[in-house]
Amino acid sequence: MSFQLIINLIIAVIWMFLNNAWTVSGLVSGYVIGLGILFLLRNFFPSRFYFIGVMAILKLIVIFLKELILSSVEVMGQIMQPKLNIQPGIFAMDIKLKKEWEVTVLSCLITLTPGTLVVDVSPDNKTLYIHAMHLPDVEKAKSDIKNTFEKAIQGVSR
Amino acid sequence: MLSLSVNEISGLIIGIIVFLGSVLSLISAIGLVRLPDIYTRSHAATKSATLSVLCILFGLFLFFTVIKDYVSARILLGIVFVFITAPVGGHLISRAAYHSGVSLWESSIHDELNGKKDKQHTSS
Repeated sequence: MSFQLIINLIIAVIWMFLNNAWTVSGLVSGYVIGLGILFLLRNFFPSRFYFIGVMAILKLIVIFLKELILSSVEVMGQIMQPKLNIQPGIFAMDIKLKKEWEVTVLSCLITLTPGTLVVDVSPDNKTLYIHAMHLPDVEKAKSDIKNTFEKAIQGVSR
Repeated sequence: MLSLSVNEISGLIIGIIVFLGSVLSLISAIGLVRLPDIYTRSHAATKSATLSVLCILFGLFLFFTVIKDYVSARILLGIVFVFITAPVGGHLISRAAYHSGVSLWESSIHDELNGKKDKQHTSS
């Protein structure tokens, strides 16, 4: 992915050389043209066309902001209730992610989403131990995290 | 006829954002007092506080950008740094609490880490 990005930047610089126009707009137009060239030549690279990865990162950020606001409202409602009826607990969740940065990003996202908190990561990086504030249904909590964050992270690194 | 300039309208929106952030931080402070054990407290302490700081800093950024006409990139950097460091802090505090034997609240319903604790002590 970074290799294609560097090639794209080099094409933009070559475009500026050809035009002899050293401006930001020259750089942007060269970059867009390089993006088109890389899209046409996408079969020659071992990895996929890198702009799909950029779109997946943007999608991950949007999903994260949405989850942050939704679950914040939920936790606020639980705190402000006159009688506290939460059922906290720790559950183990198996994850399919392989690389270490993926596990780090996933646990950071889980921790930042109110209602869940990563307490421990197993030494072989295969299991996360998550403390949830209100846990009436473990399977639902697991599938929530799987369907939102894990899928989006897999989309970025694939 | 009610006529508002652009500055007044954006000032209103910025005020709402900053007010929302302060209310969020107030609620998370109430949560710190009310919740029963360290794990649920760190829920309130790390995350609602993060969202409230995000709201306040974002309102400040909008204020300087729209009304004072001064784009401050440091505020954006501050938001990013808070977002990177806050979950790590919450994770480390709760992990240290668990491994030094702080027990969960008695009406907790699951504890799947319980049996694995001793094994991890010897490995780490």
